[in-house]
Amino acid sequence: MNQIVPASKRPSTELVAPETQDYVTMFIDGQMFGIAVLTVQDVLGPQKITRIPLAPREVAGSLNLRGRIVTAIDVRLRLGLKRADEDNKGMSVVVEQGGELYSLMVDQVGEVLSLPVAKFERNPPTLDPMWREFSAGIYRLDDKLLVVLDVAKLLDFNKSE
Amino acid sequence: MDDLLSEFLTETSESLSVLDVELVKLEQNPEPAILQNIFRLVHTIKGTCGFLGLPRLEHVAHAGENVLGKFRDGELEVTPSAVTLILQAIDRIKLILGHLEQNECEPEGSDEDLIASLNDMAEGRYVAPGAAGAAPAVEEPSFPVAADLLAEVEAAYAAGKRAASDTDVFAEMAKERAKEEAAKAAAAAPAAAPPPPPEPPKASVPAVPPSPPAQTKEVVPAGTAPAAESAVAAQTIRVNVELLENLMTLVSELVLTRNQLLQMVRGRDDSEFTAPLQRLSHITTDLQEGVMKTRMQPIGNAWAKLPRIVRDLSVEMSKKIDLQMLGAETELDRQVLELIKDPLTHMVRNSADHGLEGPEERKAAGKPEVGKVVLNAFHEGGHIIIEISDDGRGLNLDRIKQKAISNNLATESELESMAPQQIYQFIFKAGFSTAEKVTSVSGRGVGMDVVRTNIEKIGGTVELKSYPGKGSTFVIKIPLTLAIVSALIVECAAERFAIPQISVLELVRVTNNSEHGIELINNAPVLRLRDRLLPLVSLKKLLRLSNGEDQETFIVVTQVGTYTFGIIVDRVFDTEEIVVKPVAPILRHISMFSGNTILGDGSVIMILDPNGIAGATGESGVLGGGQTTEQTVTRDKGNDSKTSLLVFRACGDDLKAVPLALVARLEEIDIKDVEYSHGKPMVQYRGHLMPLVSIDGTTQFREEGRQPVLVFSDREHTMGLAVDEIVDIVEDRLKVELTADNPGVIGTAVIAGKATTIIDAGYYLPQAFGDWFGRNDKEYGEDEGSQPRILLVDDSPFFRNLLVPLLSVAGYDVTAVEAADRALALREQSYEFDIIISDIEMPGMSGFEFATAVRADGRWFNTPMIALSSHATEKDFERGRQVGFNDYVAKFDRDSLLQTIASTLATLKGAA
Repeated sequence: MNQIVPASKRPSTELVAPETQDYVTMFIDGQMFGIAVLTVQDVLGPQKITRIPLAPREVAGSLNLRGRIVTAIDVRLRLGLKRADEDNKGMSVVVEQGGELYSLMVDQVGEVLSLPVAKFERNPPTLDPMWREFSAGIYRLDDKLLVVLDVAKLLDFNKSE
Repeated sequence: MDDLLSEFLTETSESLSVLDVELVKLEQNPEPAILQNIFRLVHTIKGTCGFLGLPRLEHVAHAGENVLGKFRDGELEVTPSAVTLILQAIDRIKLILGHLEQNECEPEGSDEDLIASLNDMAEGRYVAPGAAGAAPAVEEPSFPVAADLLAEVEAAYAAGKRAASDTDVFAEMAKERAKEEAAKAAAAAPAAAPPPPPEPPKASVPAVPPSPPAQTKEVVPAGTAPAAESAVAAQTIRVNVELLENLMTLVSELVLTRNQLLQMVRGRDDSEFTAPLQRLSHITTDLQEGVMKTRMQPIGNAWAKLPRIVRDLSVEMSKKIDLQMLGAETELDRQVLELIKDPLTHMVRNSADHGLEGPEERKAAGKPEVGKVVLNAFHEGGHIIIEISDDGRGLNLDRIKQKAISNNLATESELESMAPQQIYQFIFKAGFSTAEKVTSVSGRGVGMDVVRTNIEKIGGTVELKSYPGKGSTFVIKIPLTLAIVSALIVECAAERFAIPQISVLELVRVTNNSEHGIELINNAPVLRLRDRLLPLVSLKKLLRLSNGEDQETFIVVTQVGTYTFGIIVDRVFDTEEIVVKPVAPILRHISMFSGNTILGDGSVIMILDPNGIAGATGESGVLGGGQTTEQTVTRDKGNDSKTSLLVFRACGDDLKAVPLALVARLEEIDIKDVEYSHGKPMVQYRGHLMPLVSIDGTTQFREEGRQPVLVFSDREHTMGLAVDEIVDIVEDRLKVELTADNPGVIGTAVIAGKATTIIDAGYYLPQAFGDWFGRNDKEYGEDEGSQPRILLVDDSPFFRNLLVPLLSVAGYDVTAVEAADRALALREQSYEFDIIISDIEMPGMSGFEFATAVRADGRWFNTPMIALSSHATEKDFERGRQVGFNDYVAKFDRDSLLQTIASTLATLKGAA
């Protein structure tokens, strides 16, 4: 993530671009993902998580965030990737969906990027159908691609199962 | 003052102040929405007056409503003079209300003048100036003044001084109203002294100089406010229930935090925190009590309907019944009250119907002719006790014995050894009714089990005592509130869980060398406990927690209904007060948990649901809900005989199975032959294209080699389900023990001694074909099952539990949801139903709104709808028909519901 130049350090022309969207970036398995910054309520470090037996395997458990119960979702498993290594504690991004809080567990959370809307592109057709479901679109950054996660679809366990 | 009357006064003064504002708005901007609101408000006032027996108010409101009705229908134009007249009517209503509040009766006098004007207006022959001037009657102090003023205004209009703009009209109006108010105020003082001397009409007018237009803004609120605020209305305010619930939650959290703090300080003797903590503790307790009180309602509210029901029953059954209600003022939590309402009604019905004998029989038995049903409610140690007793014939022991034997609930020899009081408990089992004849009100055997389930759902218990010839008594014990429960914290495989204390009977510690040891009967663990054999369930196995070494040493003896069983856990901690919070929507399908909570130490913990656990262990007879699921499953899969099952692995190591009869062939496909079209994998198979589907919906197959595939065939279409490995074909009883809500999975069954997921092949077929061959779900559904599908929308769990088994037994495939928006969500998910049955009175979206939404657009707009309501008046029927219901059935009328469904479906078929 060090290669990414935060918005503030970019040349001024880009900074004053009229239409920009801010994204919280995060990494899973080396891939960069983004979530619109306004939907993010919290960024958490490793947490004590209570396992929930019989839950779908993507549900890592639940945790207590300032007196509210938050359901933790392992985004890796949700995207069809392998479970993270034991030693990788990971970080979480907390979002609200339908009045409930969910904590999206990722490998790492990066900076907030301000990206010009003009650079937003639709999903390439070659994208894995599972990813296509959860991706709202792609940003072409200088050195890598950022997949914008569709949080609503990511948390809709009824449709995709 | 009478509760009803004071409530009416509060409500009406609120409505009236809204009306004032709305009417002025209407005059400026005659929009149908505003008019509708006004009409509704006046209509409500009229309706309530009629109900309370206030004829004078009712007549005025009625005449006003007539005029408004004409406005609404476009027959009359909304003119300032018309609005003035309506405002006058409203002022008259306020005047009468004022008197009503002081004296609890309507004032003497007549409103014929005003009503005549209103009627003239309604009929379009209202001539303001002359008529109004002539009208003044002497009885009403305020009216002549107003009428005079009206005449003035009208005359001004007639003289061509018609207000040029809305503002002017407004100003004019305000002026007039200000005068009126002032006149009334002036009139009110002498009027207070009885008998009120007639006020000379003109007398007060000079005292009120016409306010200049500049003051309009101040005058309007000043004019409306004093009249609206009556003393009764000022004593109470209406608060949104949601706000109270929120407050309650916050207070509950506060109590828990306090408890935590107290626990921390308890160990130290001389802590500086002790004193402030004590104070905090007191305040918290007071606060909790205060907030609790806001949610409390007298239980009499739940009883209000009973006298009528009993009266109707007594007429129908030709019995003489005396219903006594004691302790109606006993208060309990609103939420509990709602939940207890329906079971109570049911039980009173039962007592009156089954319990009491006819007059002849009573006389013969030497009892008074009039049978007694007594309801008694009182507090006892943090619980509410409700007793329902009758002095009837008592339960018929022999009939219950016979029924228990015929229903295979017990053998004759078992019954021999049971005490009568024990045998009576059988009436709480499903499908039990001892009534010799089924009457329109009870006796169908869908009753006491539902009652028990509902009471237990809110953490209550129900007991029964009966004495032959002397009568029966039911004792219901329910907690005061649902907000905080006491729970036992246990540990299993290093995870902690909470078990609600109310269902825990005792704790037993087992060791291998003590007298209590776990014994196995064909791998099923049991415990000998005081000459009884207690079935056990291992929490570790039930929740599929990792199998560590067996250190299970505690058994939590749990009772659900009459079913007692033991839950094996590793450790038992102490009990803790917890606030039950609902689990996240994606976890709601797990029936083992009733909620989750945050413990004192800040960690999240799941709350086990003893009902769900009992259901999972197979004892579903005690459960309303569990029973229906099982019925559906067995009906789908035929009887309990052995089925050939194909066991395989796919997407994970766990075993999965499908009934072999559904599988057409087993194939291995060379991965090189898999082609992609439309992004979907398929193979050429026997001259046709066969789509491939995998269990989890992904399209990842093996890299190379051969892919095992289960081929399903449905008419001319075939589909391949890609699996990792075919394990075995076994013949076993297909008994689905854990039902899953995941689509594509029927549930989990024990097959050849291993927990196996049963795959719903029916789910994958349309996945492969739905958008491929243009076969829509509907067509598919009709192939699959010939049962008509019913969607039941009702907010009351009691009715859902009552109707779902009833309709299932009648051969329908029933889906029940608790709210209209849930039903609409099903529509979004492309569910199809043959018929929709909806309740009318529901929180949130009402049945009428729901019907309008269904009829508005979407795929259900043709689906027949039946309204279900406790208000079955002609007007409701009409409204129901208008918004799109095909039929309307009274809520308690099961026969006519079934008939209506059948005839509606028949019409549908005929039309198709």
